[in-house]
Amino acid sequence: MNEPNTKGSSSCCVASPAELSRRKFLARLSVAAGGIGALIVALPVAGFILAPLFKRTHEVWRSVGKVESFKIGETTAVQYEDASPLPWAGVMARSAAWLRRVNADTFIAFSINCTHLGCPVRWLAEANLFMCPCHGGVYYEDGTVAAGPPPLPLRRYPVRVKNGSVEIQTAPIPIIKK
Amino acid sequence: MAAWRFRQRPFRSSKNNVKQIVKQLWNWVDDRTGLPGMIGRTARHLVPPDAKWWYVFGSATLCAFMIQVISGIALAFVYIPSAGEAYSTLHYISEQAPFGHFLRGLHYYGASAMVLMVGLHMAQVFLAGSYKFPRELNWATGVLLLAFTLAMGFTGQLLRGDQNAVWTVVVAAEQAGRTPIIGQWLAHFILGGDTVGGATFTRFFAIHVFIMPGFIFAFVGLHLWLVLRHGISEPPKPGKLVDPKTYRQEYKELLEKKGNPFWPDSAWRDVVFCVAMIAAIAALAFVSGAPQLGEPPDPSITTASPRPDWYFMWYFAVLALLPHGTEQYFLDFGPLIVGIILIALPFVFNRGERSPWRRPWAITIVLMTVVMIATLWVEGVKSPWSPNFNAQPLSASVVGATNGPVFLGAQLFHDKGCLNCHLIAGDGGRRGPDLTAVADRLSANQMILKIANGAVNMPAYAANLTPAQMDELVAFLQTRRIQRQ
Repeated sequence: MNEPNTKGSSSCCVASPAELSRRKFLARLSVAAGGIGALIVALPVAGFILAPLFKRTHEVWRSVGKVESFKIGETTAVQYEDASPLPWAGVMARSAAWLRRVNADTFIAFSINCTHLGCPVRWLAEANLFMCPCHGGVYYEDGTVAAGPPPLPLRRYPVRVKNGSVEIQTAPIPIIKK
Repeated sequence: MAAWRFRQRPFRSSKNNVKQIVKQLWNWVDDRTGLPGMIGRTARHLVPPDAKWWYVFGSATLCAFMIQVISGIALAFVYIPSAGEAYSTLHYISEQAPFGHFLRGLHYYGASAMVLMVGLHMAQVFLAGSYKFPRELNWATGVLLLAFTLAMGFTGQLLRGDQNAVWTVVVAAEQAGRTPIIGQWLAHFILGGDTVGGATFTRFFAIHVFIMPGFIFAFVGLHLWLVLRHGISEPPKPGKLVDPKTYRQEYKELLEKKGNPFWPDSAWRDVVFCVAMIAAIAALAFVSGAPQLGEPPDPSITTASPRPDWYFMWYFAVLALLPHGTEQYFLDFGPLIVGIILIALPFVFNRGERSPWRRPWAITIVLMTVVMIATLWVEGVKSPWSPNFNAQPLSASVVGATNGPVFLGAQLFHDKGCLNCHLIAGDGGRRGPDLTAVADRLSANQMILKIANGAVNMPAYAANLTPAQMDELVAFLQTRRIQRQ
């Protein structure tokens, strides 16, 4: 434990005022320079990692099928690609919605995400209910809460008919904030 | 013996020559690096007597962590942290790579062991009052290590890259989204954008493989440094109080009088326990292997039933069982308050009695925590609040009719989703009450009232059933009796 250099630090401090102020300057210089060096690296890194917080996706319309392929009164799951799929995203870039054809030219698209904690709700056609497999949330056919913990009705996505196709507008996973 | 031989036949004993050379080499390394001496002194630092089997859980946690590091590095040789490929590399690891199935199992049971050991270690330290003066920061760094361990378990479950992983991210983001003020940002940070996708997995990979292990290494270093600085706490004696004014002096005297060198007097127990744990983990990995991979990570598959790994199963139950109105506050403040209480504990109670026999509240708290987590865990495994989506139509023998209103009512009971949440003769879901004998307790009118109006956890069926259907359903339910006529 008695390395020679540990003694140096305790006997260092007999110094002239000029030397002391020089030391003070050098210490401050080193700390400031180190801080600048750290910032040069840290700022772009922070920007790179935190970018998703500030990125606003440009939502797009995705066709989910011809109008004729949906029966009036039926609710079916439709799949489509999300707004900005990365080349390596694979199947993870897919989104889904529960699409109902209300009449000849009116459609409703429900988010599949339960408003409790986001699990995928299932449509029970005979029962006219959406049920969540996680914590037992249930919604009526119009998406309002029927039972269980969900705080809000199912979200709806914008849907339109264009050139004979049904199109759904992509949307973020609804993060519920009360 | 050896020295005597050396003197007798100095040039014939090559064994002793080798010994001599090794010793010289050792001395040289010691002189130039200073490490062997330092490590030796550290290993032989004095520890209190009677520090026996209760003291092995900390080193066992570290041991499990080392298994995780080694098996994790090995898995990283094959695993691709990309949304499109993680799943197929995991299939390759599990089914084709030599030892792959075993290694995934090792990493899974190693994680389980680490969570278990960190829990035991914490309970032991809490019960023995070892967090008191001067070891407040030992405890505080330990709490952070617990948080990092759980974060590792959570991010690790995601890297399994199947359907369950996708929904785990979504559930995590939704929970983070409830955090006051920064919720939306946090949720976006977790998802890596607006939705799960290509950016999600790589973030969790970086967190699981670089950031969290980096924190764990740093804080394990700090934790061990503090253990050496303050010494391993002596087993508590009832009536022997911790007084910050005198504790250090007394501890020093205890070590001088009765202390044993850590190596090997105490360390052998750590080694034996650690090896036994490794053997158990390896046996589990060999026999049952890693958890099955689920469906591909496709967020558009709507038939998913997301479930957390076992160490979060109890929390899954908490989220399902909270009274509906309180959930918002719980998600906002629950974890935060637990964290603050844990960190603050040694600063608020840093002196006085250490023995658990004189601290009945300590025993109560540990017992209650264990009982609470265990019961919630059992509930989580059963998850009676989840609708049973596989409920098959009731058999004719259960229904007791093949036509007429009772038969039609039984069909409705299945089709309208009643069976998803109610049991009839053991079939169906467990969300609501068992209706096997409902006619014994409810009249037809009471049934109609319940069905039409619903309840907190039951939809109102008034608009969902025609009057004729309601009559059929009630006709069926009125036949549900325990047979005693």
